[in-house]
Amino acid sequence: MTRDIKNEKMIVSALKNGTVIDHIPPRNLFKVIALLDLDQCTSQMTFGTNLNSKLLGKKAIIKIADLFLEEKDIDKIAMIAPTAKLNIIKDYQVVEKRALCIPDVVKGIVKCLNPKCITNNEEVPTVFEVVERHPLTLRCHYCEKTVGQEDIVLR
Amino acid sequence: MVYKSLVSISDYGREDYLDILDKAESFEQNPNRRLLEGKVVATLFFEPSTRTRLSFETAVNRLGGRVIGFADASCSSVTKGECLKDTIRIVGNYADLIIMRHPLEGAARYASEISTVPIINAGDGANQHPSQTLLDLYSIRKTQGRLDHLNIMMIGDLKYGRTVHSLLMAMSHFNPTFQFVAPDALRLPKEYVRFLSEKGIPFQEYTDYMPYIEQADIIYMTRVQKERFLDPIEYERNKNAYVLTNEALQHTKDTVKVLHPLPRINEIPLDVDDNPKAYYFTQARNGLYVRQAIIAKVLQLL
Repeated sequence: MTRDIKNEKMIVSALKNGTVIDHIPPRNLFKVIALLDLDQCTSQMTFGTNLNSKLLGKKAIIKIADLFLEEKDIDKIAMIAPTAKLNIIKDYQVVEKRALCIPDVVKGIVKCLNPKCITNNEEVPTVFEVVERHPLTLRCHYCEKTVGQEDIVLR
Repeated sequence: MVYKSLVSISDYGREDYLDILDKAESFEQNPNRRLLEGKVVATLFFEPSTRTRLSFETAVNRLGGRVIGFADASCSSVTKGECLKDTIRIVGNYADLIIMRHPLEGAARYASEISTVPIINAGDGANQHPSQTLLDLYSIRKTQGRLDHLNIMMIGDLKYGRTVHSLLMAMSHFNPTFQFVAPDALRLPKEYVRFLSEKGIPFQEYTDYMPYIEQADIIYMTRVQKERFLDPIEYERNKNAYVLTNEALQHTKDTVKVLHPLPRINEIPLDVDDNPKAYYFTQARNGLYVRQAIIAKVLQLL
């Protein structure tokens, strides 16, 4: 157990410049990889999963060299893995640690599940009001249907 | 002047409801008032609905306004592929107010965001139909003399019936007690159960109305539609349990009134129509005064 945690620290600090996304629930790791289009990214990357975590029991981690995420992408991660933490690494040092925060209103990221919603039939950007944070529950501003964490699909 | 569209029943609160009901009362006393003189109102019905459209158009005519629009999307450039945004922008150049019905949910909210003139939602798919809810409130107040502290029994399809959900939200401002009577397959959705629990509003859920009907001040009937049941045998078993008969009405309060958003199928037999407790046809007529009041409220004419 102590050895594992030590190893993780070594892996994290081995990044010179870039971003570490830590505390991802393991079952959401591949969703996060997909939403950030990391399969298209040419930077050096390390993925770890089912690592021990005091917070989650098991967690996954993504390290990406020379990549700093935009706010839009950070908001997307918050929708899929709200427990995740971001570490920004510059010159082997963690220069910024941030928890993800879910805004009160989510614009343009999430798809409405209702096939009869105007946003799925005309060119209308989606807007959701956050009804509950734990577990994440969103209500479509247009058709007024709610969607729970498990059913959230990104646009 | 700030115009306020009416898209969803939750756009308005208790004071707005009461204001509209008071205005509707004055229109009932005198429906022909030329408040819309010189104004043009567009009724855009992307999905046909004869009763709602005629009711709104009559309201405009009795207020002295003129009506443009279409009764069916097949008579509009929607058939040429025009998007809703363009239709609303263009009609907004011609009319002072747009009253619209659309098969897609959220269409009226979107229209209210891009329109230069106010929008009244006359129904967006299965989502909202606020003028129906306001005429329900009007009918309840008119027959009971008040909205507060009433026992409301809702019978039938409580799962899909949007009128049930909107009326429940609107009545939640007036300390009601609810009795919900539905087959298991058509029970009130849990988000509304949670809403009532959070607000501390008392309610019971039953599958049979008979033992409890004597407590009701208002009986709100809805259609139990065959296509809502996955199993046709389940439908046959249930269809008669939610029929309101004259016999059952003998066990109710003298002051009870039966409401129904209409159209009905078989849930209220025709012989109940002559029962003084039956109120659904008067309820429909009240729709005219309430729609006049909504137009006056949205355009700030009174």
